[in-house]
Amino acid sequence: MEYFLQLFFSGLSKGSVYALIALGYTMVYGIIELINFAHGEIYMIGAFTGLIVAGLLTALGWPVLAILAIAIVVAMFYSGAYGYTVEKIAYKPLRNAPRLAPLISAIGMSIFLQNYVMLAQTPDFLPFPNLVPDFAFMQPFKSFLGTSDLFIIVASIVVMAALNLFIKFTRMGKAMRATAQNRKMALLVGVNVDHVISMTFIIGSSLAAVGGVLIASHMGQINFYIGFIAGLKAFTAAVLGGIGSIPGAMLGGLVLGWTESFATGYVSSDYEDVFAFLLLVLILIFRPAGLLGKQRAQKV
Amino acid sequence: MAAESFVKNLKKSAVAALWLSFLTMPIMVIRVDTVEKTIAWRWMHLVWMLVGSFVFALAWHFLMDRRDRGGAATDANVEPTPSRFAVWLANPRVNRPLMALGLLFATAFPFLFSVYQTNILISALIYVVLGLGLNITVGLAGLLDLGYVAFYAVGAYAYALLNHHFHLGFWAVLPVGGILGAFFGILLGFPVLRLRGDYLAIVTLGFGEIVRLVLQNWDAFSFGPSGVSNIDRPGFFGITYSVDQATTYIYYLALLGVLLAIFVSGRLKDSRVGRAWLALREDEIACQAMGIDNTKAKLLAFAMGATFAGFMGVVFAAKTTYINPASFTFMESAMILAIVVLGGMGSIPGVILGAFLLMLLPEYMRAFSQYRMLLFGATMILVMVFRPQGLIRARRKIYKVNINTVDKA
Repeated sequence: MEYFLQLFFSGLSKGSVYALIALGYTMVYGIIELINFAHGEIYMIGAFTGLIVAGLLTALGWPVLAILAIAIVVAMFYSGAYGYTVEKIAYKPLRNAPRLAPLISAIGMSIFLQNYVMLAQTPDFLPFPNLVPDFAFMQPFKSFLGTSDLFIIVASIVVMAALNLFIKFTRMGKAMRATAQNRKMALLVGVNVDHVISMTFIIGSSLAAVGGVLIASHMGQINFYIGFIAGLKAFTAAVLGGIGSIPGAMLGGLVLGWTESFATGYVSSDYEDVFAFLLLVLILIFRPAGLLGKQRAQKV
Repeated sequence: MAAESFVKNLKKSAVAALWLSFLTMPIMVIRVDTVEKTIAWRWMHLVWMLVGSFVFALAWHFLMDRRDRGGAATDANVEPTPSRFAVWLANPRVNRPLMALGLLFATAFPFLFSVYQTNILISALIYVVLGLGLNITVGLAGLLDLGYVAFYAVGAYAYALLNHHFHLGFWAVLPVGGILGAFFGILLGFPVLRLRGDYLAIVTLGFGEIVRLVLQNWDAFSFGPSGVSNIDRPGFFGITYSVDQATTYIYYLALLGVLLAIFVSGRLKDSRVGRAWLALREDEIACQAMGIDNTKAKLLAFAMGATFAGFMGVVFAAKTTYINPASFTFMESAMILAIVVLGGMGSIPGVILGAFLLMLLPEYMRAFSQYRMLLFGATMILVMVFRPQGLIRARRKIYKVNINTVDKA
C-alpha cells in the first residue's frame, strides 16, 4: 500500500509538471494551430534562469523560501520574454505560410536554443540546489510523499486555478477564447489578434518556467537537454488530453504521470519513455482527438 | 525614401539589439557554481551579444523589407520566372557535360584523394540517399516524418545482428535491410494514417524514440548501449579486402546507391504514384475526391522512404563495422530533415546539394564544429522565413502538347 501511495504521489507530482508545460503547448495550438517545438527549450531556459538566480542569492545568503519565490518569478519573467521573442522571430513571419513551414522553423528554434544554452553555459549536468525545505508537519507522511512533491502539486494547482480564472473572467482571457474559436471573426469584432498571440506565448512560457524551476529543484540537476524530453512528454500529455483544451492538458499530464510512475514501479524502469510514447500512439489510434478533445468534422 | 527607411531600420535594430542582449544576459553572462558557491561574470559576452544582435537585426530588417516587397515571389503557387543562370543550367547541352564531368570526378575520387577524404565522402553519399528517401515522404507526399532515423537503425541493426549471429554477408542482408525498412515503414504508416500534419510529426518522433530506446535497453537482443562491433565489411565473390580497399569498395557501393536513388526517385516523382503524392501533399480531401486511394498512397510513401533508409542502414553498418544506439538519435532525423528542407522540398538536385553542404561543411570547418548545431538551427529558421522553397526550388515536370500532332490524331 505504501509503495502504491509512493508511486501515486510521485506520478501526481510528475504529472503536474507535465501539465504545467502541456498548458503552453495546448494554448498555443488552440490559437495558431502550431506545435511550438521550442516550448520544451523555454522550460529548460526557465530552469537555467532559476538556477542562476538561486546561485546568486545563495551566495548572498538569503533564506531558502525567499530564493525559491524570487527564482520562480524571475524565471517566469525571462521565459515569458523568450516565448515572446521566439514567436516574433520564428513564427510571426510565417503566419500565412504553408503548415509545414512554421513547424520546421520551430524545430530549428528548438535546436538553436539547446545549443545556445549548451555553448553559453555548459554541456555537463549542473547541480541545482534544493530550494524546498523539509517541513516539520510533513514528518508522518515522509515515507511516501516528499515535501518537494507536495510543493509541486500545490503550486501547480494554484497556478492552474489562476490560469482558469484568468481565461474565464478577464478581458484578455475572453479575447483568447474568441481567437481560439475563430481568428478572423475575432479580428472583425476588434480583438487585437497579434497581441493575443503574443500574450498566449508569454503566459504559456511562464507556466513552463514554474514547472522548470520546481522540477529542477526536485531532481537536483539540470542540463541543456532536459527540455527536449520534457517537451516531448508534455506534448504527449497535451495530445492525450485533446490538444487545444486546457482542462485536457491538465488531465493528460496527470494520466501520463501516473502511467509512467506505475509502469516503471510495477513493470520495468528501463522503459519509462517507451511507455509514454506507446500511450501516445495508442491514444491517437483509438481517439485521435484526445481524451477531452472534440472530434470535429474537417471543413473543406 | 531609402535613406529614411534605413534610419528607421537602424533604430529598430538598435532596440532589437538592446532587447536581445537583455534577454540573453543571465545565460550569457552569469555562470554559477552552486556547490562551490562561486559566480563567474563574463561581461565580454554581453558586448559581443550587443554588436552581434545589432548586425543580425539590421540584416533581418533589410531582408524582411526585400521579402515583403517581392510579395508574390514567396507565394508557393506562383512559379517565378527562373533566373538566367537557371535557364542556362537547364539547357541539356550545358547540364549533360556538367553531369558527366561530375560523375567522372566522383568515379576517380578514391584514387585522387586519401582514404580519410573518401570516408567523409561516403558519409555524405549515404546522407544523399537518406535525404532522397525522406524527400519522398516529406517533400513529395507532404507527410512530416520526424522518426526517419528509425528505419536507418532497422537496416543497420539487421545487418549487424544477422552478421553477428548467423555470419550472413553484406549482399545477403542488403535486400533484407530494405525489406525490413519497408515493413517498418508500413508498420508506422498504419496507425498514423488518420493523423494530420502535426500529430503525424509527433507520433513519428515518438516512434523513432521508441525504436532507439528499445535498442538501447533490450540488452539480450541488441547488446544495449554498447552496440555491436566487429561487423564484417562487404566482400566481393569471396574476395576479402584490406581496410583501404574496402573503403574504396564501399565508396563505389554508396555511389551506386546514390545513382540508383536519384534514378528511382526521379522516375517515381513523374510517375502516376508521384503525381498522386503531390496531390496528397497539396490537399488531402481534393486528392481523395479525384479518386486517389489515400491510404495506399500514404503507405507507399512511408514504405518507399523507409526502404531507402533500410538499404543505407546496411551500408552504414558495413562502413563503420561498429554501431550503437547513439548513432540513431532524434538529432540525426532532424539533420536529414534539414537536408531536405534546406535543399528544397521535393527537388532532387536540391536534396543532393543540401546533403553535401550539411555533411561536408562541418567536416571542413572543424573550427566551427562546436557551433555546428547552433548554425543548423538558425539556418532552418532563416531558410523557412526567407526562402521557404529551399536552395533549389522543386519544379513540376511540364508536359508540352504539340497542337499539330493532336489535330492529326
